[in-house]
Amino acid sequence: MNQSGNNTAGANEIDTSCRVPLLALFGGAALWLVLGLALGFAAAMSFHAPDLFADCSCLTFGHAQAAANDLLLYGFVLPAALGVVLWIFARLSQAPLALPIVPVVAANLWHLGVLIGTVAILMGDSTGHAWLEYPRESAVLLFAAFLLIAVSAVATMGLRANRDLYPSHWFLFAALLWFAWSYSTANLFLLSAHPPRGVVQAIIGWWFANNMLFVGLALLGIGIAFYFLPKFLGRPLPGADYILFAFLTLVFFGTWCGVPQGAPVPAWLPAVSAFAAMLSLLPVLVVAIVLWKIGRGAGVKCFGGPLCFIKFGILSFLVTGFLYLIGFCPSASRVLDFTWFGFGLSQWQLLGFMGMILLGAIYEILPRIMHRDLPFPKLAQVSYFCFAGGVLVYVLPLMIGGVVQGVKLGDPSVPFADVSAVVLLFFRASSLGQVGLLVGALFLLLNVLVLTVQWKLGLLKLVIAAVKAPLSVPACAPASTSNSAPLSTSGEVKS
Amino acid sequence: MKTGFSVFLAAFVALGASWFGLVYAPLEQLGRAQQTVILHSTDAWPPQRTGDVTLGLQVYRASGCVACHTMQVRQTGVANEIALTDLKDHPATDFKEFLNSLLIAPPLDACSNVILANLEHWDGKVPVTLYSGDDGAVVAALADKLKPAGVKTATGVLASGSDLARGWGLRQSVAADYLYDQPVQLGNLRAGPDLSLIGVRAPDLNRHLQHLYAPKSLVKDSTMPAFRFLFEVRKKVDGQPSPDALVLPPEFAPAAGLEVVPTAEARHLAAYLVSLQASAPLYEAPFTPVTAAK
Repeated sequence: MNQSGNNTAGANEIDTSCRVPLLALFGGAALWLVLGLALGFAAAMSFHAPDLFADCSCLTFGHAQAAANDLLLYGFVLPAALGVVLWIFARLSQAPLALPIVPVVAANLWHLGVLIGTVAILMGDSTGHAWLEYPRESAVLLFAAFLLIAVSAVATMGLRANRDLYPSHWFLFAALLWFAWSYSTANLFLLSAHPPRGVVQAIIGWWFANNMLFVGLALLGIGIAFYFLPKFLGRPLPGADYILFAFLTLVFFGTWCGVPQGAPVPAWLPAVSAFAAMLSLLPVLVVAIVLWKIGRGAGVKCFGGPLCFIKFGILSFLVTGFLYLIGFCPSASRVLDFTWFGFGLSQWQLLGFMGMILLGAIYEILPRIMHRDLPFPKLAQVSYFCFAGGVLVYVLPLMIGGVVQGVKLGDPSVPFADVSAVVLLFFRASSLGQVGLLVGALFLLLNVLVLTVQWKLGLLKLVIAAVKAPLSVPACAPASTSNSAPLSTSGEVKS
Repeated sequence: MKTGFSVFLAAFVALGASWFGLVYAPLEQLGRAQQTVILHSTDAWPPQRTGDVTLGLQVYRASGCVACHTMQVRQTGVANEIALTDLKDHPATDFKEFLNSLLIAPPLDACSNVILANLEHWDGKVPVTLYSGDDGAVVAALADKLKPAGVKTATGVLASGSDLARGWGLRQSVAADYLYDQPVQLGNLRAGPDLSLIGVRAPDLNRHLQHLYAPKSLVKDSTMPAFRFLFEVRKKVDGQPSPDALVLPPEFAPAAGLEVVPTAEARHLAAYLVSLQASAPLYEAPFTPVTAAK
């Protein structure tokens, strides 16, 4: 990867090849992020004023919260991560993106799937399975779009000049397999005409949620962070053996977590999950060691730049990973299960860990693929503080409130109404964080939108210039394909 | 990890193993489950569902009730209990002496202290709990040996835990309870109470309808959103309320001349809630409430 950095002409060509697919993925992701956070805020309003949406079935808590969660996962995190994976694979291969039109088509299919799914949930057509609320039509679209993007990503990986694999390759390549397998399994079983009987549905749901929200996000997040951190800090990634160990323990042990303690299932299932969760602390610990080795004394300042985002994100991985795994310990699960703790933790995983890493990557990649600076670089920096503060103010009260709730629920002498009343205080405090997140997300959307509009205007100017040009110009010159136009723009900016 | 194939192989084996363990194996174990039999009875569990209850589950799913309500009860322990219910004219002191003589032999000798402590301040009143603990053999031995003495005892299995103490269940939830649920709505947040036993705790259908329309009319500080969109506010015909119109407290009632009538969805949902009665003892979740000892 270092060679590709030196070879600027190659890097330019690679970045340009990623432009349209990545804009399609990032643009939609930024829009869904704003909508998801707004819906989450609307859902939280139900706890400020319970009768607010009493006559509006669309925004009742059960609808708005499910739609918001899925928008964050399927609308924002996954398409943005896939875009970043495409770019990293192209950079690591030192080759332009293979089949660049395929991810463009796929991105549109993906966003269509998210739109259909969101509308379906709001209309009361959710499947009722956590993290799998999108109906069948939507799931098929998402899966097809994912396969198309994965084809392009794997083809790009296959083009690499240096056959050796970089650690990011392991994590990101495995993440592609993860989504394909777990999403198809879960949907084929749960949304088929003859789903499995009874509680097996819940077990498959837990298996999927664990593989998506813990293992899948960890693979994506670590893979992306281990690509950017050495570049930002200007030092090589230490300890390939450590990282290999973390990778193997994560995929072999992390996949067996997921079944909560005390669930109404045969007792061997929660027991296996608890044991696997204990072993899964190993990769979290090893990632912490690698981060310590690479970060110690690096002395690189970031002031709200991409490095800040990625640092916040990967540290969030350590904290959320630890808390998530501890939750499978029987004594902890007795207190923490069924409280706002789990909800806060999943929001931290999505927004604080994966979301932050993706935002850092997007802010880093966008200027490169567009060959122009962000239109509002200051707002990008401010959005870091909005996000970092917002995430903490959002999730910490929920998680602390969750612990309080769990302790009080465990004491039958405390009436349930009193438990609710105490939790409400924490919940209301957390809404402030949602506002911060929403503002940060709007700044991201603004940057992406204005950048896209600027680029489109540039294209339009080229077309007008081509039309106005004297007739002696050869017929192939006008910017009729998406590939030729960006290349010429890049030439202008460079000179 | 030099080649893409080796990464693929490692990931494939890892995910495949967990697929076999956490998807395929549970499917084999539970996927063809049938109705089971209630303990000490020939009745089947769970009972077959009526049409409106089946439809009600779909309203429950569509409204996203699962976001705030769990439908699973946990227990932390089981206690085997034996209580003396009738002395049959034997003096209490004689009984105590007889009991003392029994406590020398195993398995009772191991817990003789516990049993004697239970009777230390006993004034001869029945019922009285003789033993309550996790050792089922003690209960069986006591019941066996007290029978020839001509006194009456009652034995029982008591499930314990904070969920049960709150009255949310009589025993822990088990896989068999969800046989007819499609989709299964276990839930993972208790912003509202658990609903496993709501049909026993609140058996009145009309009360559920009123609670859905205006939660605060029944629970003063309820945080539950009102589900008014499941109801129709319409004009009374000839000034007479229709038979299924809700009877609401004045501050929640609509303007004069109007009435609130539940839609079919609301009625199905209420029927479903009333049907949630996980109250049968099963082989894997036994309980026999010792009414005498309480």
